[in-house]
Amino acid sequence: MSVAAGGNSIPSPIVRPDSAGPAKVRFREPQIEMAHGAGGKASRRLVEGLFAPLLFASSSEPLGDAAYLDFNGTKIAITTDSFVVNPLSFPGGSIGELAVNGTVNDLAVSGARAEAMVVTYVLEAGLPTPVLEAEVRAMGNAARKAGVAIRGGDTKVVEHGKADFMYITTTGIGRPLPGLKIDPHTVRPGDKVLLSGSIGDHGITILLARGELDFEADLRSDTRSVLPLVEALAKAAAPGIRWMRDPTRGGVATSLNELARDCGCGIVLTEEVIPVHGAVRGACELLGLDPLHIANEGQFLAVVSPEYADAALNALNLAPGGEDAQMIGEVREQPAGAVLVTTRYGGSRIIDMLVGDPLPRIC
Amino acid sequence: MKFVDEFREPEVIIRTAEEIKRLADPSRHYRIMEVCGGHTHAIYRFGLKDLLPSNIELIHGPGCPVCVLPMGRIDDGLAIAQEPNVIFAAFGDMMRVPGTQGSPLEHKARGMDVRIVYSPSDALKLAEVNPNKHVMFFAIGFETTAPSTALTLMRAKSRGVHNFSVFCNHVTIIPAIRAILDSPDMRIDAFIGPGHVSTVIGCRPYEWIAKNENKPVAVSGFEPLDILQGIVMVLRQLKADEAKIENQYKRVVPWEGNNAALRAMAEVFELRPYFEWRGLGFISQSALRIRDSYAEWDTEQRFHVPGVRVTDPKAAQCGEVLKGVLKPHQCKLFAKECTPEHPIGSLMVSSEGSCAAYFNYEHRKTAMVTSIAMPA
Repeated sequence: MSVAAGGNSIPSPIVRPDSAGPAKVRFREPQIEMAHGAGGKASRRLVEGLFAPLLFASSSEPLGDAAYLDFNGTKIAITTDSFVVNPLSFPGGSIGELAVNGTVNDLAVSGARAEAMVVTYVLEAGLPTPVLEAEVRAMGNAARKAGVAIRGGDTKVVEHGKADFMYITTTGIGRPLPGLKIDPHTVRPGDKVLLSGSIGDHGITILLARGELDFEADLRSDTRSVLPLVEALAKAAAPGIRWMRDPTRGGVATSLNELARDCGCGIVLTEEVIPVHGAVRGACELLGLDPLHIANEGQFLAVVSPEYADAALNALNLAPGGEDAQMIGEVREQPAGAVLVTTRYGGSRIIDMLVGDPLPRIC
Repeated sequence: MKFVDEFREPEVIIRTAEEIKRLADPSRHYRIMEVCGGHTHAIYRFGLKDLLPSNIELIHGPGCPVCVLPMGRIDDGLAIAQEPNVIFAAFGDMMRVPGTQGSPLEHKARGMDVRIVYSPSDALKLAEVNPNKHVMFFAIGFETTAPSTALTLMRAKSRGVHNFSVFCNHVTIIPAIRAILDSPDMRIDAFIGPGHVSTVIGCRPYEWIAKNENKPVAVSGFEPLDILQGIVMVLRQLKADEAKIENQYKRVVPWEGNNAALRAMAEVFELRPYFEWRGLGFISQSALRIRDSYAEWDTEQRFHVPGVRVTDPKAAQCGEVLKGVLKPHQCKLFAKECTPEHPIGSLMVSSEGSCAAYFNYEHRKTAMVTSIAMPA
C-alpha cells in the first residue's frame, strides 16, 4: 500500500498545483515523527492534511494505492513507493526484492498489471559494492519474475552517515486488468472480505532479523508479487470485486479501517479464521502486538459481492500461493466506519488503525 | 500454542460464563476490581464483558506501572538524559508516555539518544558495548519486573560496569490496594488478584484483605479462561459469605512466592519512606529505592535529579479512573483531548491502561452498536 507518507500516490485527475483552489493545510503538528511514516493514523493526517491540499486538485477522492491517468481514452495506472527497510536483507527477501514487489503489488491491488518501472537509488558513501550488486541483482530477478520491465532510473550518493546504507524508490506504470473496478464507495453491507494468506510474516521476520530480541523462529518474509493471485481472482470474479488493498505498514487492521472510513460501513471479522502462522502468533503474544497490525509484503485483501464470494475464494485457493486464502469477515451496516473483531466465544472488540509505530522502517 | 490455546477454548469459556450467570444473584450488583493492567487489557481484547451478566461490574485497578507514574518522574528522567553522552533506555511501554515537554519518543525525534530495551539486562549490554556513554535504565514496574532490575544491578556490580545506572521507579502493589480500600468513595466487593506480581510475592501478602477487610481475592492469570475462573471463585465466596485468598494461577504462582527473586530484591532495594502515585497521591512505604551499597548504579545518587513535581492537567480525571470511581469514558477529556495518539494522561498510553484499552476495544463499539450477532 502506498497511501501513506512513504509512497503516496496521486489521485486522478491530475491538475497543476497553480490551477488548484485555495489550499487548506490542516496539518498542525510541529515536527515529523516516526509515526508519520508508519502507515497508520499519523500518516493519514500528514497525507490528508498537508500533501493532499497542496498537491492534489480533488482531495475529496479516496486515496488509493495507485492513480489512474487518462490519455485520450487510454487508461494508465501509476504509483510510487520508497523502501528504507532495516536491515537490508532478511530471511525470505531483501530491500531490492521488496522495492519491485511493493510497486507491482500497489498496481495489482489497484486493478492493473505492472508494465514498466523506473528506480531511484539513494546510496550512502561507503556502501560496499557487493551489497549494492546483490540488491540490484535481486531487483532484476524480482522484475523478471513479475514480468515488469525496469526502464530507467537515477542514482544519488550522500555523505557517509547521512543515510543508512541505501534507500530505493520505485515508480511503476500499469495497464488496467479488464473488467475490474476498484472503488471503496461501491462496498456495501453483505459483501465478503477475503484475505490471500497468513498475516504478519514480514513484520515479525524483520523484527527478529534486527537481532534485538533473543528468540529465534523459523519465519520468512512473505514478499512476493500478488499479481498472479489478483489475476486468478479477477478471472473468476471480476464483476464482483469492489475493493482491494495490500496490507503493508499498519497491517490488515489499518487497511480495513481506511476502507470502513471510506465506505461508511462496518467491517466485522471472525478472529478464528484469520490465518496466522504459529511463530507470528507466539511473537505477538510475547510482545503484546496484534497480528492484525503487523506488516505484510505479499498478501492482499479483497472485498467481493456475496454472489461472487465463493467463486472468488475458490479461485484464490486453487492458484499457486493462495492455498491459505480465507473469507475472514463481511461488511455490515454497523459499526459504521469501524472494524469489529468477534472472538470464538461470542466476545468482540473494536480494532483501530495502528497508533504510534511499534516497528519502524519495516519496508 | 501451548499454555495459551487451552485457556481460550470456546466450549470451556462458554461453560464458565454460564457458571458465572448461575452464581450471580440477579438482585445484587457486584463490583469486582481486577488489580492488574494485564487483566484490564485481556478483558477488553477478548471482549469478556460481553460474556458477563450486566450486574457484574469490573473495576479497573491500579496495576499498570506506566499509569501510576507521576509526570514529574518522567520529566526527571528526561532531564538527566539531556546531559551529554547519556543514553535513555526503557521498556517500549514508556516511549509514548507524555512528560511536560513531550514523550521519550518525541525527545528521540529531537535528537535524544533513546533506546527501547526488552529487559534491564539488555540495557546493561548496551552500556558494555558503549563504554564512552552512560546508559540510564528508566526502571518501572511492580514486583513483577523489580527482580530482573535487581539481578541486573548485581551483575553490573560484579562485572564492574560503571557507565550504567538505574532510575528506579519500582513500586509495590500491596500499599496501592490498601490505599484503594481506604478511599472513602470506593466500594469493592472482591478482587481479581495480580497474577504476575504474585509469581514473586506469592499469595500470603493478600491475606489481610480477606481477614481484615472481609473481601474475597482470587489471584488469576491473564487468559480469558483464567479471568472468568477468577470471577467464579470470588462469586462462590460471596455467595457463601466467605472471604479468603484463592489461587487460580497455580500453574505459575507458588503460594509462598519466589524466594530467589525476593532475595535479589532485598539485596538491592529498600523501601522508600513515601512515593507519589499518579491519582492516588503520596503513599507511604509504597516504592523501592536502591540501597547505598549500590549507590554507584543509582541514577538518583549519581546525577542531580531536578525532582520535578507536576500536577496532572486540571480537567484530566486520571485519579478517579485509576481508583475505579469513574469509568474511562466518564472522564471529561476521554476521546476528546485525550486519545491514544495524543494522550494527556498515561492511562491512555499503555495498552494496559484502562483508558487506552477502553478506547481501542470498546468505546466506539458501545457508542455505535447496540447488538451484534456473530458473522455466519
